[in-house]
Formats: sequence, structure tokens, C-alpha cells
Amino acid sequence: MNIQIQDPAAERKTPVERQSIEAAVVRFAGDSGDGMQLTGSQFTLATAVAGNDLVTFPDFPAEIRAPVGTTFGVSTFQINFGSREIRTAGDRLDVLVAMNPAALITNLEDLRPDGLLIVDASAFQDRNLKKAGYETNPLEEDDLDRYRVLALDISKLTQATVKAVDGVQVTNKEILRTKNMWALGLVLWLFGRDVAPTRQWLGVKFAKLEDIATINIAALEAGFAFGETTELAHNVHAYEVPPAKLDAGEYRNVTGAEGICWGLATGAHLADLPMIYCSYPITPASNMLHILAGMTGGFGIETFQAEDEIAAVTAAIGASYGGALGVTGSSGPGIALKTEGIGLAVATELPIVIVNAQRGGPSTGLPTKTEQSDLYQAVFGRNADCPLVVLAARSPGDCFTMAVEAVRLATKYMTPVMLLSDGYIANSSEPWSIPEVAGMTPFTAQTNVVPDNFAPYMRDADTLARPWVAPGTPGGIHRIGGIERSETTGNVSYDPANHQTMTDLRARKIANIAHDVPEQDVTRGDGAGDLAIVGWGSTYGPIGRAVTNLRDEGHKLAHIHINNIWPLPRNLGALLANYAAVLVPEMNNGQLVTLLRAEYMIDARSLPKVSGKPFNVSEIEDAAREFLGETS
Amino acid sequence: MNVVPELKPDDYATDQEVRWCPGCGDYAILKAMRKVLSDVGADPEQTVFISGIGCAARFPYYMETYGFHTIHGRAAAIATGTKLANPDLDIWLVSGDGDSLSIGGNHLMHLLRRDIDLTYLLFNNEIYGLTKGQASPTSRPGTVTPSSPSGSYDRPAHAVAFALGSGAGFIARSYDVAQPHLVATMKRAREHRGTSFVEILQNCIVYNADIFADVTDKKVAGDAQIHLEHGAPLVFGKDGDKGLIFDVKTLSLKAVALGEGGVAEKDLLVHDETNAVLAGLLGAMDGHALPMALGVIYCAPERPAHRPAHPDRPRGDAMAALLDAHLRKGHTWHVA
Repeated sequence: MNIQIQDPAAERKTPVERQSIEAAVVRFAGDSGDGMQLTGSQFTLATAVAGNDLVTFPDFPAEIRAPVGTTFGVSTFQINFGSREIRTAGDRLDVLVAMNPAALITNLEDLRPDGLLIVDASAFQDRNLKKAGYETNPLEEDDLDRYRVLALDISKLTQATVKAVDGVQVTNKEILRTKNMWALGLVLWLFGRDVAPTRQWLGVKFAKLEDIATINIAALEAGFAFGETTELAHNVHAYEVPPAKLDAGEYRNVTGAEGICWGLATGAHLADLPMIYCSYPITPASNMLHILAGMTGGFGIETFQAEDEIAAVTAAIGASYGGALGVTGSSGPGIALKTEGIGLAVATELPIVIVNAQRGGPSTGLPTKTEQSDLYQAVFGRNADCPLVVLAARSPGDCFTMAVEAVRLATKYMTPVMLLSDGYIANSSEPWSIPEVAGMTPFTAQTNVVPDNFAPYMRDADTLARPWVAPGTPGGIHRIGGIERSETTGNVSYDPANHQTMTDLRARKIANIAHDVPEQDVTRGDGAGDLAIVGWGSTYGPIGRAVTNLRDEGHKLAHIHINNIWPLPRNLGALLANYAAVLVPEMNNGQLVTLLRAEYMIDARSLPKVSGKPFNVSEIEDAAREFLGETS
Repeated sequence: MNVVPELKPDDYATDQEVRWCPGCGDYAILKAMRKVLSDVGADPEQTVFISGIGCAARFPYYMETYGFHTIHGRAAAIATGTKLANPDLDIWLVSGDGDSLSIGGNHLMHLLRRDIDLTYLLFNNEIYGLTKGQASPTSRPGTVTPSSPSGSYDRPAHAVAFALGSGAGFIARSYDVAQPHLVATMKRAREHRGTSFVEILQNCIVYNADIFADVTDKKVAGDAQIHLEHGAPLVFGKDGDKGLIFDVKTLSLKAVALGEGGVAEKDLLVHDETNAVLAGLLGAMDGHALPMALGVIYCAPERPAHRPAHPDRPRGDAMAALLDAHLRKGHTWHVA
């Protein structure tokens, strides 16, 4: 394998011909200190500016700076973009950028045959090779022959570039840290993207470090120019991915964490309530605390970094008791600690929103990896009969919609609502048609209105909600508590018949919400057929793509995506009965499938995946084919 | 704010039957509490009692104010959320020694360091009452209970030292049947801005009867108690004939008899409630070698509040416009 070295004299003889393609999947992989997340997010920005639809998948280790060159320290950022609707981060990579041997060995199996592999050959030294587990240098072996390999000495190319910049005072270490920008420049060229947004971003990011800004921009432009001017191997093409046909409107990229925070803020506004977000740092939920902390002051939002998860949920309960919207956010292990507090909110019928950005478990599990294995915890995970509302977001943009809905249901029905996202949704991003908050219908909540003949547990005839009378309200003095309380008066009561009544009321109040949420629709396909693939949360993308592909082949199957996990949509049982088979792919060991079997007594089958990574489309297609009379 | 009609102590009582054991010290505290609210003219609609779990935690049900009986150990966190939601409320937190120093120790520590503006009443009876008499975190070593049949092994937690170590800005101590003293102490606590922490020695008549008798019994009280008064010499004794001096050699307090060896009142230490070092020494006195300190042990000089008061939030169209602008911050693009 020949390592290409830049020859400044090598002018391209012919103008670049770009091959037009519908979609592409690119993954940047390197050490956790190599800046792969920044590289990926800048490529995402350029891709969005070019008008493609896209889905991203950042994947990084739990360690902040794992030892250099190790496989467990590899950080990756994947993006699938195209001129068609993009629903997943992509199964197989078209382009893999590997900044060192560890990045190569851990990511190569995802690169499709004949895919383009860009490697920083300068990192393929004995020590790095050994750390990654290579006995010999793969760049010098035949194993990579089935790929198109562009092995470049990016260190040397970056150093040469920066040396040519006059008057900057930088160390060699600082120069080598711009390698990611060089690689980004090359990949931007590969897809005919503009470097301007990244150049501008670097200028802002390093506004106080002018020399660092200068060398990063130089490296970025040099990588781009390298593609433009150098005669690359004959099999390395430049591509063009035309803009996607998105609905008209104003767009931005949004991550799931942003979607949830902005949705909560919008929900609080629509309910006309101040919001207090109470949280304890935990991956991957901490971003929500950061985002909302940045919004305190002007938006009626206050954040409270609690001493632990229990304090976070109980402070949220205290806030709601005090007449604000109390919200807490965490991930599975933290939600487990909040459990008793959530029970108090159910018992006292106070509205709180609990956001669970799920991660792999049990216990500490896989802090930075995605999983959707907290469905049981959300629906059932409390002592006693303790029903609440469970919603699940399907994508970063949908997080906004579901967060608004969570606030609406919590305040209208005086109940805790758990909103499930996951590590994948929280961190990944997609283009989002920005909604108009001004045009949204308010659902104003009253916290200081005392109804006639007030009693703390009197109920609205329709919603069964009790009145929300915060302390400080004239004429509303009352006491509430976690001890079972008498129907209506709320006085302590251990009366057996009363406990039955209250248990039934709590269950009925939540079950009735099924009449206030949309009926289950068929996400893709017809209302009956050979197979329904039922999903929830972040499996929305891969299931949707798999169903589209199989329907294109003529199969009679449908995609049914559930947002309302509890209560389930009122028509779901009848709908599922229209299909000969029901398959439930989940990033857990089979949780929704158990719920569906229990609720509807149907023979729903499970397709579990708990590898810490989202489903590949092909995995769902293969499983579906078995039900469609084919063997894969 | 409403104009509050003059209310008598009984006007702060609810119609609920009080369910503590006959003779429980809680009755006396409840009585003092109602008197405090009556004396200061507290608006019941602006007053909230928040409690955790335990005998003491039933308190809110008996106060004709707003009230929230929550879960074990978490009252401090819940009250923090309520105070953040409505800083105008006058919040009283009622908690026992198990609730405060065992299951809720973490929350109490952080409440105190955050200095949330509320009054914390710790009813210390050195035993778990509601769960039927197990050793508590403040039980003395050797306390024989169903969970410690050979006597408890663990050293007790010390409420005042804990509060001081957690950065509390106001620490006081009283006991259940010391009616005028308890009332005065709780009033001082209510006046203080920030978390006011009051340890109230409370007699559990069933599981730990008379555990404080060596300090509170009228026969010994004079010599076993010292009533603190800011700026006054530290005098105690049935006949006011004893006092405290600071022994420089041992860095400790020492009891002396006035008139003996030429010791006069001017030689005694003067109580300075703003002195945290003195507070530590006074708080540690247990009524045996040295008298137990009652009253305001520590009241920090004015401390700045760190949590900024947020401006009034915009409402309606103004908030919608603010949110719409926020959603469009950063890079956006139009699709035609």
C-alpha cells in the first residue's frame, strides 16, 4: 500500500466530476481526544446547510480522556444524509475516517465492501498498532483490499500546512491537534460542501486564541484543497448529494436534549407556569440540566442541581406543590432512586414531569450507550399500584412535541408523567422544522383558584383531576400527604373500603387519559396485513426504513409506532388484531412485547437487541422476512 | 397579602384528632408552635408545615395552615422546591432525629449549606418511635432496644455539631416543656433569614422516657442548663453562682464558681452568637461536666444570598415571542 504524500505541484488535470448519489453514511472515528465529536457536528452543519435530510449518531466512551490509542478510548460520530428522507444513522458505512489503528480495528466491520477508508497513516506506528491489537500494520497487508483506501500522512500534511502560515506562535502539539480539521476539510471536499460555516465557527470558538483559530482554519482549508488539487487514487470519487425534498419552512438542527428542554419550556409557557428543573448530573441526561441552566432568568425557568436523585425528584414535587411546574430528568439508575418520590407524587396527585434518557443497564451498565430497557421501570417500577402516564419520543424533533404533551397531560390530570428518550435520541440530531410557539393553543393551569365547596381531593367529573391549590392561596388551606387519604376530604384514612376506592380512582384517572390522546395510527402501510412491526422510541427510524423497503418489494406489512406507552392507545388492541403476525423490535430484552401480550393476549413476537447500538435496518428486514414467508 | 385577623393559638388547630401517645413531648411543642404563630400574627394562608416520616412528622395535620406530610427523610428537599416556587411562603419543617440525621442526613446537610429561608425543627428523642423503639442515630451507646438487644454500639450523631459543620447560619436548642423558652427560641428562628435550625429535646414517653431528665428535670435544671443570651456573661447555676470561662491551655470551656478563687462575673466568657468557634464549644456541652446550652447557640452575621432572585417571567404573547426567538438562535435555514 502506497501512502500518498501531498505534492503541491500536482495540479489536477481534469476538473472534478462529481458522482451524484442519493444518500451516504460517513463515520469519523478517532481517540476521544481527537475531536471527533466536533468534527462530526461541523460536518453535520455543512450537510444541513446543503439542504440534505440527515440523522446523526455520536458514540463515545464513558471515560473523559481514555488512554491514547486504546480501543476503549475510541470516539465516533456517524452521519447518514441524503436527498431522500433519512430515518436512521445508517447500517453500513460508505466512508470511514479512522484517525488511528484503534479506530480502524473497532469500526472497520461496519464499512461496506468497496467503501472508502480514509486513514491517518502517521498514527499507524508500532506502539499504536500494539495498543489496538494489531500484530502487523494493516496498511501493509492485503486485508484492506476490499475497500478503497486513502492512507494519508495527515500529521505531516498538517505540519506542512501550518508551517506555511506566517507569524503564528504555536507548538507542534497544537499543530497536530488540528488534524481533525484537515480530515474534515477533505471529507467536505469529497461531498462538495462549503467550508465557510466551519471557518466561521472556528473564528468564534477560538476568538480569544487567534493563532489557534488561524491554524485550525488553515488545516481545514488545506484538507479541502488537498482533495481539490491532488490526483487521488483512480477509484476515489467525489460525490454530490442533492438537497432533500423537505417541507417548506425554517429549519435548524436539533438534538433530543434540546428538543426536550425547549418542549418543556414551551409546555410551561402554554400552561402559564414557571418551571423548576431539578436534576442530579448523570449521563446521558446532564445535557438537559446544562441547556435549561442556560435558559434561567428570562424564560420563567429555574434550575436546581440537587444533592442526589432523590432530592431532585422531591424538590420537583415540592415545586409543583408550591405552584410551579416541577420537572426532573435522569437516566435509568437515577430514576430507580426517584421511585419512592414518584409514588408520593402519584399519591398526592401533583403534576411533575420525569424525563428518562435511557441507557444500557442494569446498574451502571453502559453509561454512554443507548438502550430502551426502562419501559418496565416506567410503567410498573414502583411499589404498590401506582399508575402514571408514560410517553416515548421517537426522534430528536419529536422530543419537543412529546415534552409539550407531557406538560399538558401532567397539569390537566394532576399526575406525574414519565417521558422516555434514550442516549441515542438525546445526543443525535436531525433537521427540524421550527414550530411557531405563538400559534400554539394554550392549556392554562390554575394553581390558585379555590372551587366552591373545596376539598383537596374533590375531582373534576371529566378528568378526575383534583384541584391544584398551592400554599398562599386565600381560602384554600388544606393538608396533603403520602398516607392514604379519605376520598374527597383528604384526611388520613386507613379505612379498607376507602383504599379500594382510592386505588380504583388512581387507576381510572390514568386509564381515562386514553380518551384524550390520539388513536393509534398506522405509521406506514395498511390497516391490516401479514405483519405489523410495532415499535416505540428511537427504533422509529430503522423500523420505518425496513418497512418501506419490504413494502417496495410487495410485502403486506405495516409499521405501527407507539408514542403513548401508558395508557396505551384505546384502539391498539383492535388494530393489532388485523395482522397475521406482530413483531416488536426493541433495544431491550423484550419489554413492550410483554406489555402487548399481557394487555391484548396476542402472540406478539420479540426482536431484542441490547448491544448498546441502534438497530440496523437489515436486522429488522431479516427478522421480518421470516414472518413474511421468506427465509433470509 | 391578606389582612390577618387576630388569631388565638387555638385558631391554628385543625379539626383532626391528635394521635400522639398521651404524655408525649410533641403535645407541648404543638402548643408552643400555635402560640408562636398567634403571637407573631402569622397568616395561616402563607404558612406551610412540611414534614417527613415519624411521630413528629404528623405535625402538619394538626396545624390549620397549609401542610405537606411527605416521605421519610425528604422533607428538606421538598421544602427547598416549594420555597423556590414561592419565596414568600413562611415554611416550617418538622422532623425527628431518624428522619433528619439518618435517612435524611444528606438533605439536611445540603439544606443548611444552601441556607434556604425556612425554619427547621428537629424533634430529638434519641429513639425511633413510630417504628416501635429501635435505636436512632442520636441514641446513646448502650441503648437497649429491639434492634440493639445488647445495647447500641454506634456513637451518636450530634445535631448541633452536624448543623454547624454543614454551614448552618442559625442554630438554637430548647426542649419540649420549656414553654416560654421554646416559644421565644422559635420566634427568633422565624425572624432569621436563611435556614434556622432548632434542636428540640423531646421526651418519648413510651420508648425512651426521661432520657433528658438529667438536664430537664426541675431539680437539676439550674446546674445542668445554661441559658444563652447574646452579649451577656455565661452565667448558670440554680442561684446564678456559676459561670463559664475559656481555658487557654486546653482550648476548652471550664465551669467556675463565682466568688471562688477570686473569680468575678467580669472574668466570665460573654456569649457572642456570631462566633462559630464558641458555638461549637457551647453546642457540645451535654449537661454533665458542663451545662447544656439552650437558646441561640449561633446566629451568623448577615450572609449574602447567592441564588439570584429571578425577574418576573413574561407571560402570554411576550413569552411566546421570547421562545420563538430562542428556537431560531444559531444556524437556521429556509426550505422553499
